[in-house]
Amino acid sequence: MNRRSFLRAGALGAAALGLSACRVLDRDTALRRAMAAANGLTYRAQRALGGGRTLAPEYSRADIRQGMRPNGSTDPDDPAYAALRDGGFAGYRLSVTGLVERPISLSLADLRAMPVRSQITRHDCVEGWSCIAEWTGTPLGRVLDIARPKPAARYVVFHCFDTVERSLSGAVTYYESHDLIDAWHPQTILAWGMNGARLPVANGAPLRLRVERALGYKQAKYIRGIELADSLLPFGGGRGSYWADRGYDWYAGI
Amino acid sequence: MASARKGPLVYRQSVWTRITHWLWAVCLFFLTLTGLQIFNAHPVLYIGMESGFGFDNAVFGIGTAGEGASRRGVTRILGAEFDTTGLLGLHGDQAQAFPPALTIPSYRSLATGRVIHFFFAWLLVATLALWLAASLWNRHVRDLIPTARDLRALPRDIADHARLRFRHGRGYGALQKLSYAGVLFVLLPLMILTGLTMSPWFNSWMPWTLDLFGGRQTARTIHFAVMVLLAAFFLVHMLMILLAGPLNELRAIVTGWSRIDSEGDAR
Repeated sequence: MNRRSFLRAGALGAAALGLSACRVLDRDTALRRAMAAANGLTYRAQRALGGGRTLAPEYSRADIRQGMRPNGSTDPDDPAYAALRDGGFAGYRLSVTGLVERPISLSLADLRAMPVRSQITRHDCVEGWSCIAEWTGTPLGRVLDIARPKPAARYVVFHCFDTVERSLSGAVTYYESHDLIDAWHPQTILAWGMNGARLPVANGAPLRLRVERALGYKQAKYIRGIELADSLLPFGGGRGSYWADRGYDWYAGI
Repeated sequence: MASARKGPLVYRQSVWTRITHWLWAVCLFFLTLTGLQIFNAHPVLYIGMESGFGFDNAVFGIGTAGEGASRRGVTRILGAEFDTTGLLGLHGDQAQAFPPALTIPSYRSLATGRVIHFFFAWLLVATLALWLAASLWNRHVRDLIPTARDLRALPRDIADHARLRFRHGRGYGALQKLSYAGVLFVLLPLMILTGLTMSPWFNSWMPWTLDLFGGRQTARTIHFAVMVLLAAFFLVHMLMILLAGPLNELRAIVTGWSRIDSEGDAR
């Protein structure tokens, strides 16, 4: 074996190792879990360094140069949603349930009567693109202050209207979850307005989440209800979000 | 050339240099190919804070043009369009920016690509920290900083390289120092910082890097451009090893021992 063929064989071997490693990695194997532990490290590092309060950059009106690009579901055809949409969302109620002292149900009018926050922020999709828009809504923390999570609560789970997949085992609806630090973050709002107007259906009407230090898929649209929980295992595939169940990082701060 | 070298075997590379070298090799292999997988999810690069959908701030993009049998793979650079069918954009009937042979996994999986990318990103940062600590301790860093004498010798070093005449002394040549220092002190830190600037949480913790790079999308574009420079460095690195005598070079970076020119020839 001369040195060229040695190098070539080495390169091919490394490539084959890489490819076969990835076949193994696509399933829920020990190797994948070991590598995904790096995401846990990122989460802990970001929480340790930033705590809860660092603010996402906010932009000026002049930075809004285009409409907000809709992504994921843009027009849910679920009957319950369609009925609400056809009634102009007048019958919409946001329920806050689970590990709370006081389960509540709020109309859009109730939410709009609460303290309002507007922020011009950048939406970063996991695919790589960014889009700047103004979001107006009710701070999630104020809603949670009313419902009063029990001490055992660790996560806020957002149940959504939109069916993302229909399979033999039934319909899969979008859901998402956050820790309580992000839930009470000052920029975390339940948005009902966008770019100075009512939140359009394509962008998640009547109510969507904005958590400004996380990627796009964490910004649940078409929120049906909020549930406080001590574990993410009972929901969907058990990893805390529709996309986390499909191999994406749950925290998504990077 | 290798056959003419009759000098002594000298111990040139400490164990820290060798271990970190190979860790980087593995890291950069996986980071580059998972990076291309991630790029394929949205194969357009922009300048500025956001991606222009209602306006045009794209500087680079890979996609397809035309329909059916006349569909082509196209690469757009600063407004100029090139037909790259078979290389970029379109592979057989598969429309995808970088070809499956250049991505990890070979099939489309942004989720798995990201898991592997961030694992090796942490490993790269840890390796760089280990290397810096060891190299400050054993003074290897000084081997890489070009001196005034190196800069004076630069024209001759360039001319020698152009004639494929390499000197094998105890230390690095001027071009070697410049390229290694460039990778370790400029390209890799730039890669890490532009990568972090794409993180929405990092933007809240250290917002000034957005201003430093001119926005998240510009940071993403720089991240890609630095990848191209690192890939170019890798190709030249391989070429130099093949031309300079691959067995002796491999021995140096595996065992630490290298045969140099007889002392009369060496500087």
